[in-house]
Amino acid sequence: MKRLWLILFLLLPVLPVRAAGDLDMNAYLFGHVGDAYEWHITTINEKEIVIPLPCIVIENGIHVFTLHHAAENGYALNADGKLVNAATGMRPIDISITKNVAGLIFDSILLCVLILLCARWYKRHDVLKEKPTGIAALFEPLIVMIEQDVIKDAVGPEYKRFSPYLLTAFFFILINNLMGIFPVFPGGANITGNIAVTGVLAVFTFLMVNLFGDKHYWKDILWPDVPIFLKAIPIMPVIEILGMFTKPFSLMIRLFANMLAGHIMLLSVIALIFLSAAMGPVLNGSLTVIAALFGVFLDCLELLVAFLQAYVFTMLSSVFIGLAHQKPAHETN
Amino acid sequence: MSLITPDFGLLFWMVVIFGLVFFILAKFGFPIITNAVQKRSDHIADSLKAADEAQARLAGMAEEHARMIEETRLEQSRILKEASQARESIIAQAKEEAAAEAAKLLEHAKVEIAAEHESAIRDIRRQVAMISVEVAEKIVRKELDAGSGQQDLLDRLVEEASQAQIPN
Repeated sequence: MKRLWLILFLLLPVLPVRAAGDLDMNAYLFGHVGDAYEWHITTINEKEIVIPLPCIVIENGIHVFTLHHAAENGYALNADGKLVNAATGMRPIDISITKNVAGLIFDSILLCVLILLCARWYKRHDVLKEKPTGIAALFEPLIVMIEQDVIKDAVGPEYKRFSPYLLTAFFFILINNLMGIFPVFPGGANITGNIAVTGVLAVFTFLMVNLFGDKHYWKDILWPDVPIFLKAIPIMPVIEILGMFTKPFSLMIRLFANMLAGHIMLLSVIALIFLSAAMGPVLNGSLTVIAALFGVFLDCLELLVAFLQAYVFTMLSSVFIGLAHQKPAHETN
Repeated sequence: MSLITPDFGLLFWMVVIFGLVFFILAKFGFPIITNAVQKRSDHIADSLKAADEAQARLAGMAEEHARMIEETRLEQSRILKEASQARESIIAQAKEEAAAEAAKLLEHAKVEIAAEHESAIRDIRRQVAMISVEVAEKIVRKELDAGSGQQDLLDRLVEEASQAQIPN
């Protein structure tokens, strides 16, 4: 059996492959990692399989239509692929359910269902008499690991107040990362590789840090323990206030860049297959094998990154929250 | 579409969706799970502590047991020792008393014997004196018949006889 597979594998490079048309690399890449007004699943024999999504536009009232009927409603796509008023060329207030929003909704429902099912298990079973089974057994180790090893250690004694937010952030990022790797509908939307999504997550962390920071935290920012000449001309306060914003900003960029880079890497490797189609069957076949192997490797790497980035985001958020609750150094030492 | 310009629509929906997810999970999801897990880990910690205490108590009981056995053994040997001491002392005392009794009897006997002896000697003396007097009487009577100057002798004999009387 093994040998049969090996033979098939070695024959693969010489199999004739029908050369596809020229690949528009830009459209290919950005079509996959970007947002869209409809969910393009695949194209079979020139026939596009697309899930239409509602475009919602607020301009003199709310207009709801699909992209297919945009022209009838007086809207058109501009060069960036955004809806604009066909007559004036201006961007309306656009709250369309785009591909990313649809993905977000689907993943969020999935996450809520999974976690609520897990919570239901604990409600219906006596935790002192039974060991977790099914979905509870799947999630409990993860939840315990994040809460005890990450949140508790980083936030400190008050961690119970913040653990619901941090756990939500972790699982939200994790499920969106994983669904982003899954290539078939309803996965494949590049949600956490979108700066708007990571930005909102970072803003939530920013609010969590600053709304619940104690007086030591604000004193450290506005009147830190440094020589007076650093405060008279407010160099240190300015740096500290800047630091308030750079921390969540780094969270936003880190998650966004990592996930986007992962998607682009995978897509580029897969693109090798189509790019080499014009170079003859042997080269194309060999590159196909290489690209497939490399794709497997990158997918495994992306699985790791999906978990790692969710973990890092949660850990750093915990650390920032913990920093806003610590006792000043001269009191503890 | 530019990758690094956040889209307003997506921002809006992300805030709404994440807010909702956060609300739902923070209210109905994670606290239930984490509290249950906390409850269980507390229970496990308590049980471990209780087991530890029970074990310590068990070890204490074994120690107590050994101590009691040891004490009993000491008590036993002490009682045995006391008993043997008592036995010996009773025997010794009995011996002593017997010896004392014997000595007393012996003494008594000796005194009695001495008294008997004395009275026997006194009897004998009295007999001897009586006999002597009788003999002397007979001799004197014969002498008196023979001579006149015998009056002096008679007197002297009476004198002697009175002096030879037993002092008591």
